[in-house]
Amino acid sequence: MKQPDILILGVGNLLLSDESVGVHIVNQLERDYDFPPGVELVDGGTAGMELLDFIASREHVLIVDAVLTGDAPGTVVTLQDNEVPALFNNKVSPHQLGLCDLLGALKLTDESPQNIFLVGVVPESVDPGLDMTSTVSRAVPAMKQALLAHLATLAVTPRAKAEATCV
Amino acid sequence: MTQRITIDPVTRIEGHLRIDCEIEDGKVVNAWSSGTMWRGMEEILKGRDPRDAWAFVQRICGVCTTVHAIASVRAVEHALNLNIPVNAQHIRNLIAAAHSIHDHVVHFYQLSALDWVDVTSALQADPAKCAEITAPLSTWSLNSAQEFTKVKAKLQGLVDSGQLGIFANGYWGHKEMKLSPEVNLIAVAHYLQALEYQRNANRIVAILGGKTPHIQNLAVGGVANPINLDGIGVLNHERLMYVKSFIDQLDEFIEQVYKVDVAIVAAHYPEWLSIGEGVTNYLSIPDLPTDGTGGRFRMPGGYIENGDLSTFKPITRHDDPFLVNGVAESSKHAWYKEEGPFHPWDGMTNPDYTGFEDDGKYSWVKAPTFNGKPMQVGPLAQVLCGVAAGDESTTKHLNDVLAAFEALTGIQPEIKHLHSTLGRHAARAVRCGVLKDVLHQEWQALVDNIATGDTTTYVKPEFPDGIVKGVGFHEAPRGLLSHWIVIKDGKIENYQAVVPSTWNSGPRNSNDELGPYEHSLIGTPIADPERPLEVIRTIHSFDPCMSCAVHIVDTRGTDVTQVKIL
Repeated sequence: MKQPDILILGVGNLLLSDESVGVHIVNQLERDYDFPPGVELVDGGTAGMELLDFIASREHVLIVDAVLTGDAPGTVVTLQDNEVPALFNNKVSPHQLGLCDLLGALKLTDESPQNIFLVGVVPESVDPGLDMTSTVSRAVPAMKQALLAHLATLAVTPRAKAEATCV
Repeated sequence: MTQRITIDPVTRIEGHLRIDCEIEDGKVVNAWSSGTMWRGMEEILKGRDPRDAWAFVQRICGVCTTVHAIASVRAVEHALNLNIPVNAQHIRNLIAAAHSIHDHVVHFYQLSALDWVDVTSALQADPAKCAEITAPLSTWSLNSAQEFTKVKAKLQGLVDSGQLGIFANGYWGHKEMKLSPEVNLIAVAHYLQALEYQRNANRIVAILGGKTPHIQNLAVGGVANPINLDGIGVLNHERLMYVKSFIDQLDEFIEQVYKVDVAIVAAHYPEWLSIGEGVTNYLSIPDLPTDGTGGRFRMPGGYIENGDLSTFKPITRHDDPFLVNGVAESSKHAWYKEEGPFHPWDGMTNPDYTGFEDDGKYSWVKAPTFNGKPMQVGPLAQVLCGVAAGDESTTKHLNDVLAAFEALTGIQPEIKHLHSTLGRHAARAVRCGVLKDVLHQEWQALVDNIATGDTTTYVKPEFPDGIVKGVGFHEAPRGLLSHWIVIKDGKIENYQAVVPSTWNSGPRNSNDELGPYEHSLIGTPIADPERPLEVIRTIHSFDPCMSCAVHIVDTRGTDVTQVKIL
C-alpha cells in the first residue's frame, strides 16, 4: 500500500487564550501518539507564507483551528474541501487570512492540496492569555476524536504512546 | 471643501490599522494613523523565567516570529552582560538574514505589487515584447517569450473561470495604474516565480532553526545546534551544503529579478519618487554581529536628521548610551492612562479607551521618539545609513538599482528621490542585495570557524539576585526593533517591545508632531476618494505588519476594507 500524504496543521495564536486551540491539539497529538510515516504534524502558529511548502501539493490537509460560525462558544464544527476557504474568508483572526491567501497562492502555482478537512471550535475568549477557557477545553476531546475519525477514513490509525509502553 | 475619508480594514481581533485623511482640492491635508487593537501581550511575560521569553514573544506575530525571538534573547544576554559564541552569532545571522529576505520578497511581490500592477491589463500584452524589455536588464532564464506566453495563458484561464482568487481585489482599471500591458505581464510572471523562490529563504531558516515557522534552536547564551561535520542529525557538512544551494538560488532571484523589477516600476511611476516623503529623521542600528561581544557588525547603522546624509551619526554598538537612553514613548495620543513620555524600561500599558478623538487620543499604538523626535525606521533608514557610512555592499546594490532606472528613463536619480514612497520599495530591494551578500559571508565564516575546531554554540547564563536591565536590538525587516527587559531575582519584572511598526505607524507625539505614516500622506494627490489607491501605496511602502489587512475579502468575494467618506 502506498504511503499516506497527510498534513495535520494546527493554527492559532498561543498568546490569545482560545485562539490557541489548534496549536495545543497538534502538540498533544504529537505527544500522545505515534503516527505512521507520511503523516506530518505542524504547529503553524499564526504564520502565512512560511506554510506554503508544508501545504503544497498535499493529498490531505487537516486543519485544526478556532472558527467563528455564529454558533455558541465551544461548538465543534467540521468542514470539507470547498467549504473551508469560504470559512476562512469570514475570519476570526489574521492567521486565517494567511491560510486563505495560501490556498489562493497554491492555486496559482498549481499546487493546491487535493483534500482539505477542518475541525474547528467556536472560541469563547480571544483575550491575551496562555490558558484556554473551560468551555473550549471541554471541546478538545471531541475535536481530537473528529480528527482521528477522519484519519481512520484515510486508513491511518495512530498508535497511542501509552499503549506502546505497556507492552 | 474638506472631505474626510476613513480607510478601516474592518474590526478584527488583532492589531490593525485605520487611516483617516482630510482631502482638500484633491490632496491630503491632514492624516491620522490609528492602531485599532490593544494587545498587552507583554503582560503575559511578567513573573516568568527570562530564558523562556523568546519562545513566547515569537508568537506575538505570525510574520515576525524569528525577529522577536532574536531580540528577546539579546535583551536577556545584555542584562546578564553575556558574550555568546561566534558560531551562535553566525547561525543567528544566517537565520535573521534569510528571514529578512523572505519577508522583503513576499512584501514586494505578494503584498504590495498589486498596488502598482494591473493584472487584467496583462492580458493585452505581447509576450515577445516582454522578453525584449527584460533582455538588456537581466539574464533571468525565465524572462523568455515562451514563459511569458505560458503565464498569460494561465491568467486568461483564471479570468475565463471567473475566479481571480488572490488577484480578485485589486484596483483594476484605476486611472493611476500606469504600467504597459507588457510590464504588467512581466510583473505577474515574477509574482508567480516569487511564490516559488521565496521558499528557499524559508528552507534556510528551517534547516538552521530546527523547525519552521517557529524556530526551536535559540537559547539565552547562544543556539542549540550541535555541530559535527561528520555527524548525523546535527549541523553537518551535508546540511551546510544544502543551505549554500538555497543561498545561491536566492542570489540569482534578487539580482536578476527583484532589483530589476523595482527599477522598472519606478521608471513607470517617476512621480512617486517625490510623493510620500514624510518624516526624514532616520534611525537604524548596526546588525548581524560577527563576534561574541557585539563589537563588529556586517551591516552599519546610525542616525540621520532631516534627510541630510551629512548629519549622519554612526551607532556602532547596541549598548551605545546615545541609542539606549534616547528612546522614549508618549501616550498623549494613545489609549493609555500614563502619558509620559517614558523610557521603555519604565513603560506602562494601562489601557484608557476614549473613542477616536482627532485632537486627543486615537490609537492603541504609542508614539516613540528618539531624543524627542519622530523617526522613520526600516530598510530606507538602514540603506541611507549604509550609504552615509560608506558601506561597500549597500552602495553597490543601490548603484545597480539607480543605474537600471537610468537605463530605462535617461533620468539620473538622486539620493533625495529615495525620500519617497517608491524610495522605500527601492531600499528594500537594495537591502535584500546586501542581505544575500551577508548570507554568503556568514556561511563562509561559519564554515571557516568550524574548520578551526571550534564547535561551541552555547554558554550557560547565570542570573544574579536583585535587579538587572537589558535591551535587545534587532534591525528587523521593518526596521528598528527593541525588547526591553527588567529582571528581578531571575524572574521577568517588566517587558516592553518597541516594534518597527510602532515607530512608523505611531500617532502624534507629546509635541503633537505627526508620526511617519501620517506625515508621509500629507500632500499626496488623490484622484478618486472612493478608491484611495494613492494612500494605500504609501502606507504599504512602509510594509506595515498589518499590510495583509488591506486586501481582505469576505465570503461574497468583495472588498470589505471600508472606505467611508464623510
